[in-house]
Amino acid sequence: MIIPVFAIKNTFRAGIKSWLNAFVLSLSIVSIIWLQGLYKGMYDQGTRAMIDAELGGGQYWVEGYDPYDPFSIEDSHGKITHVLSEMIKEKSAACILVARGMLYKQGRMHSILIKGIDPEQEILSIPSGILKEKNNAIIPALIGTRMAKNSGLKKGDIFTVQWKDSKGVFDAMNFQVSEVMKTTVQNIDNNQIWISLNTMQKIFNMHSEATIVTIKKDIKPVNAGLNWEFKNLDFLLQDMKTLVQAKTAGASILYIILIFLAMIAVFDTQTLSIFKRKKEISTLIAMGMTKNKVIALFTLEGMAYDILAVIIAAIYGVPLLIFTAVKGWKMPAGTDTYGFALGDVLYPVYSLNLVFWTLLFVFILTAIVSYVPARKIAKIEPAKILRGSTF
Amino acid sequence: MNDKIIETEKLLKEYPMGHAVLKALNNVSLSFDYGEFAGVVGPSGSGKTTFLNIAGTLDSPTSGLCRVLGQNIESLSSRNAAELRTKSIGFIFQTFNLLPAYTVFENIEFPLLLLKIGKDERKKMVADALEWVGLSDRSDSFPKDLSGGECQRVAIARAVVKKPKLILADEPTANLDAENSHNIMRTMRNLNKELGITFIFATHDEKVMRYLKRKITLVDGKVDKDQITEESDKGEKL
Repeated sequence: MIIPVFAIKNTFRAGIKSWLNAFVLSLSIVSIIWLQGLYKGMYDQGTRAMIDAELGGGQYWVEGYDPYDPFSIEDSHGKITHVLSEMIKEKSAACILVARGMLYKQGRMHSILIKGIDPEQEILSIPSGILKEKNNAIIPALIGTRMAKNSGLKKGDIFTVQWKDSKGVFDAMNFQVSEVMKTTVQNIDNNQIWISLNTMQKIFNMHSEATIVTIKKDIKPVNAGLNWEFKNLDFLLQDMKTLVQAKTAGASILYIILIFLAMIAVFDTQTLSIFKRKKEISTLIAMGMTKNKVIALFTLEGMAYDILAVIIAAIYGVPLLIFTAVKGWKMPAGTDTYGFALGDVLYPVYSLNLVFWTLLFVFILTAIVSYVPARKIAKIEPAKILRGSTF
Repeated sequence: MNDKIIETEKLLKEYPMGHAVLKALNNVSLSFDYGEFAGVVGPSGSGKTTFLNIAGTLDSPTSGLCRVLGQNIESLSSRNAAELRTKSIGFIFQTFNLLPAYTVFENIEFPLLLLKIGKDERKKMVADALEWVGLSDRSDSFPKDLSGGECQRVAIARAVVKKPKLILADEPTANLDAENSHNIMRTMRNLNKELGITFIFATHDEKVMRYLKRKITLVDGKVDKDQITEESDKGEKL
């Protein structure tokens, strides 16, 4: 137990050199926690938004539905089974019918997805209530902000949509933008319009059919019938997880550089320290410490920078991290292109787990970097060193 | 055999010097009793320091026998040698070699920590050691705040605090003025008398030699003279 105490004393009393090393280390610690917290917040925020607006507690997909294959969408519809109907009646599920169409606006043509949703549904946080038809002349449609931006549509605009129904007959009608919804979830926004489910089933000749049935959060999925397969949130959020992981890996270059600089500082200090303190090392050996104990002492001295770094990081890092967690981090323009739901402001999420693993990671690295130069102590011959200045 | 704290027989220590070999110790056969206050004297390069290094288990001989406190040091593992130093040998260095990051108290306490002595006992032993060397009022000072004489007295306190059987002191007064040298030597002679600690010096300082009860003169690695000094209790030449 005495070796850690000596190590801490030596480091804490070594003056500005220790504080500088510890400050650089603390920068790495705070940066890693902040960046990881930011990505954790990004994932949590995106996941929450997707669950609320798109995924609910999971989805039943009709056989053959593949959101990434636009050519199969045409055939991706099927009769809603009795089990699913019951769930929908009990407001435990909401069904969505998905089909392809062409939007004509000011002489331009856009390929879009048309999605039908029950205006009465309460499962998804989509303002579907405004899709209730007031008259039969024009079909009310709901679009998102990205769709509005890309297509040039705004609230009240009338546009023409052409589609091919289940029998292969082309048809077209005028729709009117009832609302432009602000959403961070691109999957319910990009190149798509939402209309009433009944209307869509009628105009597409797909009576009592749907493509997706989203269930309420915390509802246990049941066997919905032959043509319907349940996709849980792990599956549905896999893309999101992969994207965040890719972004996290990309950003890790910053803290790899910071950690590298901190480790260089610790390594340099340790190497210099061992060179300068050969006499002290020899004295310790003369007093009865084994070389292994002296190596342990110097390794722990290097690791004691971590303790100083944690203290420094706590002084400026904790208020900084709390501030960013409360006030959030305003996202720059262009985050639409990130490929997943991002709000205007990102709120980092810091967990004890994150802090623990970050500190452990830095501690292990520092231990290695401190141990490597300390191994040289094994080659020191105290008799020769002490002879130079004393014996 | 058992009444000897150090015994050497035909001790040889060679150092390679390019293609040549330097014999720092050449067939040195000596023995020291428990409680001696003796010195190995001689000019620079005579082998004094090498002798102390070997006796202190910090170095090993090229050949010959060296028994320290009943243990053959050639066959000691580095761990056992460290244990022997921790328990039974104290060192006093010319340049004091105090640990700069520690206070006077902590420097003196260090050997006791290695011996895993309890806190209360440690505190008492350090206080005693400080009193022996007359530095009770400087226990919280750091080495940088002490004079050379005070530093050496701390070094002595550090060496004697664990009451070792043997203290090896190499040129302990070399960095001190005359007054401090005498003070230091008087302190060590008193400790030798009061605690029965064996002191062996390596020195070429006349001031130190005056206090020695036995002087062994080395010349070119060989024992030239081994004499009991005039102040000797025994009064006989070995």
